[in-house]
Amino acid sequence: MKAAPTYQIVISGVGGQGVLFITRLLAEAAILKGLPVFTSETHGMAQRGGTVISHLKIGDFASPLISPGKADGLIALKAESLDQHGGYLKSGGWAVINGHAPLAIKGTTSLYYLDADQQAREIDDPRSVNLIMLGFALASARRGAFGHDGLYCSPHDVEAVLEIRLKRKNHRQKSSLRALKAGAESVPTA
Amino acid sequence: MKKAGKQVLMMGNEAIARGLIENGCSMATAYPGTPASEILAAVADTGKQLDARMHIQWAVNEKVAFEIAYAGCQAGLRTAVSMKQVGLNVASDPLMSAAYMGTAGGFVIISADDPGPHSSQTEQDSRMMAMMAKIPVLDPDSPRQAKEMVSIAYRLSETFNTPVMLRPTTRVCHSRQDVRPGTIRPLEVKPDFKKDPSRWAATPKFRYQLHLALEEKLARIADHKATDPIWQNPKANGRRAVVSSGVATAYTVEAIKALQLWRDLPFYQVRQPFPLHTAFIRHLLETYDDVLVLEETTAIIEMQLADRSRIKGKINGVVPRVGELLPETITALLAAFAGVSTQIPSLAQAPGRRPTLCAGCPHRASFYAIKRAAPRGIYTSDIGCYTLGLNLKAVDTVLCMGAAISQAAGFYHAYKHEEKRPDIVATIGDSTFFHAGVPALIDAVNQNVRMVLVILDNRTTAMTGSQPTPATGKSATGETLVKVDMETLVKGCGVNFLEIGDPYDTNGFIAMVKAAVAYSRSDGPAVVIARHPCIIDLARQGKTADPIEVMVTGDCDGCGFCHQHFECPGLVAVDDGQRTAVDALVCNGCGVCLDVCPKGAIQRA
Repeated sequence: MKAAPTYQIVISGVGGQGVLFITRLLAEAAILKGLPVFTSETHGMAQRGGTVISHLKIGDFASPLISPGKADGLIALKAESLDQHGGYLKSGGWAVINGHAPLAIKGTTSLYYLDADQQAREIDDPRSVNLIMLGFALASARRGAFGHDGLYCSPHDVEAVLEIRLKRKNHRQKSSLRALKAGAESVPTA
Repeated sequence: MKKAGKQVLMMGNEAIARGLIENGCSMATAYPGTPASEILAAVADTGKQLDARMHIQWAVNEKVAFEIAYAGCQAGLRTAVSMKQVGLNVASDPLMSAAYMGTAGGFVIISADDPGPHSSQTEQDSRMMAMMAKIPVLDPDSPRQAKEMVSIAYRLSETFNTPVMLRPTTRVCHSRQDVRPGTIRPLEVKPDFKKDPSRWAATPKFRYQLHLALEEKLARIADHKATDPIWQNPKANGRRAVVSSGVATAYTVEAIKALQLWRDLPFYQVRQPFPLHTAFIRHLLETYDDVLVLEETTAIIEMQLADRSRIKGKINGVVPRVGELLPETITALLAAFAGVSTQIPSLAQAPGRRPTLCAGCPHRASFYAIKRAAPRGIYTSDIGCYTLGLNLKAVDTVLCMGAAISQAAGFYHAYKHEEKRPDIVATIGDSTFFHAGVPALIDAVNQNVRMVLVILDNRTTAMTGSQPTPATGKSATGETLVKVDMETLVKGCGVNFLEIGDPYDTNGFIAMVKAAVAYSRSDGPAVVIARHPCIIDLARQGKTADPIEVMVTGDCDGCGFCHQHFECPGLVAVDDGQRTAVDALVCNGCGVCLDVCPKGAIQRA
C-alpha cells in the first residue's frame, strides 16, 4: 500500500498580518478532510510586529516542528521571509511570495510572486494580505504548479472553513471570502 | 458536549483545558502569561456553559491564584492553577509549603515553560521547581498527551495526597493537533473541609513530620505504575539507549525513524521526570553502556541517573544547555550518538524583524511624552507590551513583574547623595501594577522616593491577549465583578501627586508629565495615570475611533527624528532614508504623530 501523502508547509510573515489565522484555516481544512494535523505557532511578544512563523504538518507526524530542508512549501507574507525561512524548503520545494520577482532561493524551482499589498489596496481591505496570499497559493496548487501532489485542499475547502468559523460575523466572512477569491484569481492562466 | 466526540483541532492549551473539564475540575484559577494564557480562557469558554458551579477566575497574580485553588483542594474539590514559568516564581512561596501539607481533593499546578525563550525573561525549568518543592511533575510531548496527563495527574494527586505539576512547553501549548474530546465526568462540588491544624496550620515541629512523610511519599511515587516511562520501540536492540521527555520525545520519534535507527536504538519516553522511577534508573544502568538524555531545559532526568560515566547529556556538555532543542539539533545528536552520518541543512542566520508597539499604540505616545519631559532620566520599566519602549530608548531596565517601581526606588537611593540627581521615571502597565506594583509603591511612599511613576493604563492585559484586570469589572466568564478603582488604590498607598491624562493629547500629556517630574524633584513620588484603551481591544469590540489621515509633506528632509523618537511602523523611511512616508496599510490613524515632526512635515491629509 502506498503511504498516505504528507505535507509540510511553513507560513511566515510579521505579527499582525494574520499568519496564525491562515494557519488555522489550513489546519481546519485538513480536519474536515479527516487528515491528521500538527501546527506550531508563534504567540506572545513577536505578535507585535515581529517575525512570526507557523509550521503546518499534515499526515502521520509526531512533532509540531519542520526540520530545515524538509518543507514542501513556503507561504511568505513578507518577501523578507525568504532569506529567513527559505532554508526550511526541501530541494524542489515551492514558495509563494508576497513581492516581485526576481527574489530567489537556491535549489527551489517553483517560485510564485504576487504583490498582495497592492491587491489589498485594490480591494480596499489593507488587512487582507494573508487571505489573498492563501487564495493565491491554493489556486496555484490547483493549477498543478506544486507538482502532481498539489495541496490537500482547494480554495473551496477553505471557503467552507471560513463559512463555519465566521458564521456569526457576516461582514468579516464576506470580506474574507472576497480576499481569498481575489488571491485565487490572480493566478495567471497559462 | 458531554459525550466523547470526533477529532477536533485543539491547541495544546485548549487540550489541557478540555482535560481539566473532562476530569471534574471545579475550580480553575490563573494569571495570564505566554505560553500559558489560553488555558484558563479555554476552560472559561467551555466551563461556563457546562456547569455554573465551576469557579473560573483570573487572579491578581500567580501567588493569589495558587492559594485560591489550593484552598479549593483543601476543601476536597478538584482544582487547578495555571501560569507561565516565571509566574511560578511568584507562586513559589505557597508551592513549597503546599508540598509539605499535601492535598485533600486533586490539585494540578500547570506551569508552562518557554525554552528558546520565545516570550519570557528566562528559560528556567519548572521541573526543577517541582524537584525543589518535592512534588511529582509530568512532561507532555503533544496536545493529545497533555490532555491525557491531566487525568493521570488528578489520580496521582488523589492517590498520594500531593499537588502534581503538569509542565508543558511552548511547543506543546502553542501547537495544534487533532484531538478526540473525551467524556466529561459530572462535576462533584461538595466542599468538605476537614479541620486538621497539625497539618493545615503546621508549626515547624509538625513540618518536620510532614517532611518525613513527604520523602516517604516520593519514594512510592517513584514506583507509580501509571506514570512509568514508555519504551517506544520495544523491538529495538542495542547497547546504547536514548531517554527523552516532553516535546523532545516527539522530535526524537521522527528523527530516529528518519535515521532508520528504530530497530537499533532503544528509546524511552519519561512521562514523570521527577521523581524518576527507581526501577527505570536501575534498568538503564544495568542494561546499557551509553545513554543519551534529551530534555528541555535543565538536566532534571539526567541528574537523577547516578552513574554519570555512561550518561551523555547536558551535564557533560554533549547536549546544549541553552536554548530550545530543535528537531535538527536532536537529529544531529542522535546521529552522532549512534555513529551514523547525516546531512542537516542549516537555516540562514537572517536577523528577522524585531517586535514593535502597534501603530496607534497609546504606550508610544506616553513614552514620547516621558522622553520630552525627562530627557536624561533613568527609565525603569516592566513586563508587558510596553517593554517594547526599548525601541524608543524609553526603557532602560526590565527585571520582572512589578520591579519598575522598586528599581526606581533603588536608583533614587543610589543617587540621592549626588549633587546632580537624574530624574527617574518608572513605567508599568495596569495589570502589572495590580499584580506586583502595589507593595513597591507603598514602599516608595514610605521612603519618600523622588520618582515619577507612569501607569500605562490601557484597561486590559494586552500582551497576553486582553485578559481583564481588577479594574475591568469583568470575570473570565464575562460576568460583572466589582471594579477596583486605580485612583483610589494609588491614593490609598499614600501618594500625594496624582494626575490622569490621555497620552493621545500629546502636548497636554507632556505638560502633565513635566509637572510630575518637577514635583518629584522636590517633594516625593508622583504618579501619572496614562489612560487610553488598547487599540487591539478597541478593534475587537468594534469601537475603533474614526482615523485621522496623515501625510508627509515636502518639508520632510529625512532627518530621522520621527523614527528615532517615535518609531511608529506606520512611518517608513523611503528613497534610501531621504524622506519619510506614511504606510497606509499599517497606519491606524491615531494622529499622535502630527505633533512629532520638528519640521512640521507630518500634516493632516
